[in-house]
Amino acid sequence: MAFAASPAITDSPVAEAVLSVRDVHIRDQVTGREIVHGISFELEPGKVVGIVGESGSGKTLTCRAALGILPDQLEVYAGSITLAGHDIAELSVKQWTGLRGSTISAVFQDPSSYLNPSIQVGPQIAEVIRVKKKVRRREARDQVLQLLRSVRLRNPESVYSQYTYELSGGMLQRVLIAAAIAADPKVLIADEATTALDVIVQAEILDLLADLRERTGLALVVVAHDLAVVAQLCDEVLVIRQGEVVEHGTTADVLYRPRHEYTKLLISEHEQYGLDRFLDAPQRERA
Amino acid sequence: MSASAVLEVEDLEVHYGLGRKRRRVLDGISLAVASGEAVGVIGETGSGKTTLARAVLGLVPFSRGRVVIDGQDVSNASARQWRDLRRRGVVQYVFQDSLRSLDPDLPVAKSLIEPLLIQGIPRAEAAARARAFLDRVHLDAELLDRLPGALSGGQRQRVAVARALVTEPKLIMLDEPVSALDSANRVLVLEILKGLRESGVALVFISHDLGSVAGLADRIAVLYQGELVEVGPTRSVINNPGHVYTRLLVDSVPTLRSAAAKRSERESLRALLHA
Repeated sequence: MAFAASPAITDSPVAEAVLSVRDVHIRDQVTGREIVHGISFELEPGKVVGIVGESGSGKTLTCRAALGILPDQLEVYAGSITLAGHDIAELSVKQWTGLRGSTISAVFQDPSSYLNPSIQVGPQIAEVIRVKKKVRRREARDQVLQLLRSVRLRNPESVYSQYTYELSGGMLQRVLIAAAIAADPKVLIADEATTALDVIVQAEILDLLADLRERTGLALVVVAHDLAVVAQLCDEVLVIRQGEVVEHGTTADVLYRPRHEYTKLLISEHEQYGLDRFLDAPQRERA
Repeated sequence: MSASAVLEVEDLEVHYGLGRKRRRVLDGISLAVASGEAVGVIGETGSGKTTLARAVLGLVPFSRGRVVIDGQDVSNASARQWRDLRRRGVVQYVFQDSLRSLDPDLPVAKSLIEPLLIQGIPRAEAAARARAFLDRVHLDAELLDRLPGALSGGQRQRVAVARALVTEPKLIMLDEPVSALDSANRVLVLEILKGLRESGVALVFISHDLGSVAGLADRIAVLYQGELVEVGPTRSVINNPGHVYTRLLVDSVPTLRSAAAKRSERESLRALLHA
């Protein structure tokens, strides 16, 4: 019987979301102004959710809320965020320290500002591992080299002992990704992580993220202002404008059946000025 | 070279630095741009694309080659000849950062009217033309009294475009004209630029992002490590790139309909390029 012959199907319950953002509203406590007006998404292991919006649309604030690092003045005052089963509103500082890095982690736009310029990059990642995994120095160093290899840096040994100014933007972003995944998080937030990079390097980083997801089951939140960047690897896309989610659906739905004017604008820009209109149909599929 | 070429660059070579630090930034660049044509010069950080723009504008000396603008060889032009050329408004420029292409202390009206007064156009007519050009970039005449600092980024970049247009130049060089704008303003500026081509002006877009200007360009020139590795009609460069670098570039541009199918192809191109 088909039923008996396909245990894989019966055995695959819907995976529990590792990050749930439910109707989150963020406001400025001082002015009382609401900045994010209700954003929701569920992130299951191995899934990729994309958030698209202009600067100032609230996409970064949503990420920071999920990481528990909202600026002092701002607060989540309605809705909830659940991270690996914990309602983050109830987490103590100590619990947060335990979760950051090992459950949720992030990389941002400007990699050089997240590393100490006067310390070699390798030891900075090794410190994360020593603290999070309680391993010895030598073991930590080995794990860093392994990580640098896994983010496909060509010469891990030499990168280990280099300083930030000696590395290119793309290499630095790889180092940051290595640091972010050092403690095997379940969720990685990539907030405009490729925006400052050249197109070719951007594709390298996006490919690396796709690769990590496939290899490790890492769930990703990819934030970008460019819909096409998000479309490269997301299963689900949210389009956010002035704190409002104007479109939310599977990537195919958003790309092929956009409903909101703003989403249509983003798509038409690509259709008119991007590569899409030049690419001979059918799509080249030499890969 | 065709008679209608507004810009002719021949075998251009630029060096930076002195003595042992002297290194070649541009090598053997040849490119002709006809009137009414839009050419996109695409290159990554450090490829020399901004140096090329600056060399064409006479802002960077070159060690070899020739630059001809509107029939006039400017390769050895004196500062005075350059000034005359700029005064006539033959060549104009728009930078990514509009605060740099506009004088921060000049109200919008002055930025637009001054070049016309220099050309000897009566004030009343110059003022009328300034208004007309502001209208052409979809800006309200009430912005005329503002300083650049009191405009939004999108408005400012449109003023920069209007300022470049007002002398009715034959050539406009645009260095990353839309990179710093949000999508609504990007589309607006791109539409304005698209409309310009009909007026016969030659446009040269310098950009790191093939995906943002391809739709405007009749031809694409790909700059890689100081050399033009590929020049051709946009469609053919995108669909049949000749150089490995161009192939990787085209495959790396995020498009709406592409997706991850090209990952392994990119992988092998990277290996090829770095070999």
